[in-house]
Amino acid sequence: MLFSAILTGLVLGGTYALVAMGLTLQYGVARIMNLAYGDIIIAASFGAFVLFTAFGVNPLLGMLLVIPAGFALSWLIYAVMLQPLARRSRDRGRLEGDSILATFGLLFVIQGVALVIFGAGFQSYSFLAVPVDILGTTIAANRLLAFVLAVVFGLGLWLMLTRTRFGTVIRAVAANPASAPLVGINVDSVARFAFALGGALAAAGGVVVSMYLTFSATMGVIFTMKALIVVIMGGVGNLMGALAAGLILGLVETLVASFIDPGLTLAATYLIFLAVLVVRPQGLFGKTAR
Amino acid sequence: MMKLVLALIVLVALAFVPAFAGPYPLGLGIGILGYGVLATAWAMFSGPTRYISLATVAFFGLGAYTVAVLADVLPYPLVLLVAAVVGLVVALIVGLATLRLAGIYFVIFTFGLTELVRQLVTYYEVNVTRTLGRYVFLPIGPEHIYWQLLALLAATLAVAYWVSRSRIGLALRVIGDDPDVASHLGIRITRTKLTLFSISCVIMTLAGAIQAPRWTYIEPSIVFNPTTSFLVVIMALLGGPNRLFGPLLGAIPLFLLFEWLSANFPNHYSIILGLLFIAIVFVLPNGVLAAGDSLWSRLTRREARP
Repeated sequence: MLFSAILTGLVLGGTYALVAMGLTLQYGVARIMNLAYGDIIIAASFGAFVLFTAFGVNPLLGMLLVIPAGFALSWLIYAVMLQPLARRSRDRGRLEGDSILATFGLLFVIQGVALVIFGAGFQSYSFLAVPVDILGTTIAANRLLAFVLAVVFGLGLWLMLTRTRFGTVIRAVAANPASAPLVGINVDSVARFAFALGGALAAAGGVVVSMYLTFSATMGVIFTMKALIVVIMGGVGNLMGALAAGLILGLVETLVASFIDPGLTLAATYLIFLAVLVVRPQGLFGKTAR
Repeated sequence: MMKLVLALIVLVALAFVPAFAGPYPLGLGIGILGYGVLATAWAMFSGPTRYISLATVAFFGLGAYTVAVLADVLPYPLVLLVAAVVGLVVALIVGLATLRLAGIYFVIFTFGLTELVRQLVTYYEVNVTRTLGRYVFLPIGPEHIYWQLLALLAATLAVAYWVSRSRIGLALRVIGDDPDVASHLGIRITRTKLTLFSISCVIMTLAGAIQAPRWTYIEPSIVFNPTTSFLVVIMALLGGPNRLFGPLLGAIPLFLLFEWLSANFPNHYSIILGLLFIAIVFVLPNGVLAAGDSLWSRLTRREARP
């Protein structure tokens, strides 16, 4: 019982970590607090759902379509809506406020489109719903696949950021956007790319989520909240922190749901969030205040 | 003195509205007053500090729920008093925990707070009282709600006026402009913010409590609807959160617009709401009144030129 809860928790946590990495990229590099992030995740879930149920496309193959779509959509959102705000605001606080408000509006637009197309009901599809035995505990194969995918994407992103020249450029902008132009970095285009990359990760997370969870058009806000909690818990811009915090959150939620009461999982989430904020506002792995 | 007399005349005139307005216009009036109170209370704290709070509906819902729970047990005025105390206690807890934090964390925490409160109320109702949802039967008609809200709005505006003229309002503006300067001036940042946050939250709680009898049936998903918080933010932003009458002036057209939209475009409501939100951020970052002011000064300057 305990072992199976831990296993389920790790799977859920892996998904949280994956989606949080995208958000930490958007906030850490592009300096945009994207409150419509969860709605991109849900949009990707619907994308995978439509591809699978209407066209019989395997979600793994569907990713080849949905992830680039997430990248393109986010690129467009940044270019059309957020770049003008970024240019207009001289200081960071102003951009934070404006981007929060603008992405709020975006949240409602995406959610509204999803509601018009799919209605408010919960959707799911059955993909690889076969039990697999791990050390005497059974778990559905789709959850296991979700965990593997989360690890693969997370590792891929980490390698890209730490081993490639372009990754270094992104980290330079994240570390010091004011000095980056001095070494010939175009901050505008790097920010746009990072924002789009974050959107691609959100889309990947959305496909992964759709494999083993039921979802609805109005669930985006919950994902945004959880991704934000993971980002803040792990320390803004810290990928390893996001990974650790995602796993912690997934574990706590599953343990609370199986041993205390399923109705208290969100309460537990916010309680951890508040506790971390009060004790370590910079996050578990973050450096001291900005 | 003239202004005060004028305000009193307007107030008395508005108090006579239920005497000749039909049920539908009266309902609209209640809605406008309700959102006017919420937006003014929101701007009282969030205007000068620029802390975007999304917890409005958490306090609103707490007020409504307090009435639903206690209406049969206590006399009505006492119920309102208890609601105010509940709002104050929650505001103090939330404030002490979060007001030390930087802006973005505050936004996110208040974003989640509503959800947390809703979850806890739902959990309590399901596991302890074994019922989800409560009935509110109070001998309070719409005109009584209207008068109470009108009184609350007048009181809120008076408090907001007093705050903007007092030392604490000045202190809050300094904090909003630059917290470092504020602390060097010897302003007690946390205490100042906490005081105003609490006042603002108690008013929001009362707004919820007063409007509770309008629904005969109350459920967490009804009174803790997060859209309310968002609406309050855009109303205050549209009107201009740093003006006394700004939030109220934003609330009137937007409330009427939202009523019309939800009646005529129920399916596309949230898309239009979202686009409007984006447009307001882009076009009127400082609110309608500020935009009007700058337009006015540009016009008059042009006239002054030879």
